[in-house]
Amino acid sequence: MKKDLVSGALDNRKESIYAEDIVKIKTQNLSLYYGEKEALKSITMDIYANKITALIGPSGCGKSTLLRCFNRMNDLVPSCSIKGLIEADGNNIYDPKIDVVAVRKKIGMVFQQPNPFPKSIYENIAYAPLMHDMVKKGKECDELVEKSLRGAGLWEEVKDQLQKPGTALSGGQQQRLCIARTIAVEPDIILMDEPTSALDPLSTKVIENLMLELKKHYTIIIVTHNMQQAARVSDKTAFMYLGELIEYNDTEEFFVNPKEKLTEAYITGKMG
Amino acid sequence: MKNDYFYIPQIEKRNAKAKRFHILVSSAIITTMAFLFFFLFTIIKEGIPAFKQSYIQVDIEITQELVENPYAINATLDKDIAKFISRSWTRSLPSQIEKNPDWIGKTVSLSALTNADVDQYLKGNNHKLSQDQQQKLDKMYEDGIIEFKFNKIFFTTGDSKIPENAGFFSAMVGSVLTMLVTMLIAVPIGLMTAIYLEEFAPDNKFTQFIEININNLAAIPSILFGLLGLAIFINFFGVPRSTPFVGGLTLALMSLPIIIVSAKAALKTVPESIRQAGIGLGLTKWQITRDHVFPLALPGMLTGSIIALAQALGETAPLIIVGMIAFVPDASTSIFNAATVMPAQIYTWSGMPEGMYIEKTSAAIMLLLGVLLSLNAIAIYLRKKFQPKW
Ligand SMILES: Nc1ncnc2c1ncn2[C@@H]1O[C@H](COP(=O)(O)OP(=O)(O)OP(=O)(O)O)[C@@H](O)[C@H]1O
Ligand SMILES: [Mg+2]
Repeated sequence: MKKDLVSGALDNRKESIYAEDIVKIKTQNLSLYYGEKEALKSITMDIYANKITALIGPSGCGKSTLLRCFNRMNDLVPSCSIKGLIEADGNNIYDPKIDVVAVRKKIGMVFQQPNPFPKSIYENIAYAPLMHDMVKKGKECDELVEKSLRGAGLWEEVKDQLQKPGTALSGGQQQRLCIARTIAVEPDIILMDEPTSALDPLSTKVIENLMLELKKHYTIIIVTHNMQQAARVSDKTAFMYLGELIEYNDTEEFFVNPKEKLTEAYITGKMG
Repeated sequence: MKNDYFYIPQIEKRNAKAKRFHILVSSAIITTMAFLFFFLFTIIKEGIPAFKQSYIQVDIEITQELVENPYAINATLDKDIAKFISRSWTRSLPSQIEKNPDWIGKTVSLSALTNADVDQYLKGNNHKLSQDQQQKLDKMYEDGIIEFKFNKIFFTTGDSKIPENAGFFSAMVGSVLTMLVTMLIAVPIGLMTAIYLEEFAPDNKFTQFIEININNLAAIPSILFGLLGLAIFINFFGVPRSTPFVGGLTLALMSLPIIIVSAKAALKTVPESIRQAGIGLGLTKWQITRDHVFPLALPGMLTGSIIALAQALGETAPLIIVGMIAFVPDASTSIFNAATVMPAQIYTWSGMPEGMYIEKTSAAIMLLLGVLLSLNAIAIYLRKKFQPKW
């Protein structure tokens, strides 16, 4: 097992608070409309590299919508239109000259419900890297599969059954398989939309530890309904309400010393 | 004894209602089953005798003359026996002699096909034989001179004006050729259209209009597709009528909407989360569709296609319009030769007054039903086999 959960989380947070803050994603005056409805209202926030940023807020406040802006998943919603700017490492991700598929390779996503392909564990991981021409079939690919599974902390459990269908794993294992699949394409940023809400506490703990491990190499943005989870794993926490970004701060400061009345009401359970 | 603790008001009434519904439903099912059994029973009862055919043992002196004029045997045979033999058998004598040249000059004992009246009399059906002839036949049957054999003719020849010589073979060949054309055209086009509409087409007024039209086409009376086929393929493109090619094209028109609708339904059953997973990994639409969505939808698509083809196989009306009900004695050798198909042959025979055609109609229906059942079994098997393991 990895480091003790809570102390590990604190250690990591301390490291990153004092580490140099590099802006990974820059969001400026981002507004999003579903048809007439304004789902995100002029959001401005910077996401820092190698940190875990948690998005919290009541249901329907726009957390998923914001998250899906970062890898342009909202492009798939026909009624959706966007104003404002999002830059990843200084590159406008909504630049018409950029291929949206390339954006999604750089900025991977893990979903609420584990959604492995109904293929073998091996194929689940190998498929996308092969399609992206990152590796060749054979040894190189085998190595990547092993590396990704190790990265997601799943290798020991499945190394003897790589040909087993990914859908035959337990929920927690499936979610780690999905994470392994995401890191196999070597993204820069990983978006996670309530990745543990379909899991039992034990699997949740495993995945939380995994995120703390992953942030050494990736920038992670996580949507969560679970405030304890945000407090446990994140370095930065953002509170959203009715499409607006109400407060965004270092996690410790955010929970101990909320600046806004709304935030305080939410984290003390007086609302939402 | 009444238990007050577990008493719900009107519980008896509700139970009675449920019971009435149950009786209604089961009686509906029993009625349907009764009809089905009645239908199958009559068909099988009438059709089974068609699989055997009476043959008569005759000694014939083979001469060179018979090759030129086979009907000369009538003079050498007993007058009544000559009347029992089928004209079609006599007509085939020269070719039999050609195959066995050593027969010439000898007297050989041959098993001759009897005509329809003899066969029908022996099977206890309507016939036009005199009292005398009947007695004679009874005697010969007892002596073993006349016997029933498996009816090979039914499976090896085409239609004929001589009832005992009529077979189902050319109709089966015609159906196979027609279905090949239909399958090769309708399945690929139908599946590709469905994939395009479901996965790639933008959701706008125009595509909605197209989809509504396709759905409605699936419900159009099949005879209209025959008229369409006549207008487009025969009158406009000049495709030869009565051929499996034009019949196949026409049936393809008819099957397309059904294939498209069922394939779209199969694609809809693929969970959206699979597509999302692919998008999240930066895969292209084409990669996701080809390697993840299509394999999952394939069993459903195959099932739908096979059911559509099975329906086309049993279709008569549109084929009548493109001339595939013609009298076709010989099995077609290419999709550009005149041919008839199984249901059209059944339709033709069903209008014939002779008892022998009646039993052949039933036998042909049995074969057609057998093919349709096998197709459905294949569809079920394929669906089971390719079902992804979740
Ligand atoms: N595809 C869509 N079309 C139209 N409106 C949408 C769409 N997706 C989300 N919305 C609306 O946008 C608002 C924000 O939704 P979003 O899914 O981002 O909320 P959320 O904060 O993730 O909520 P939850 O915690 O329940 O997941 C909601 O009011 C929702 O109704
Ligand atoms: Mg959400």
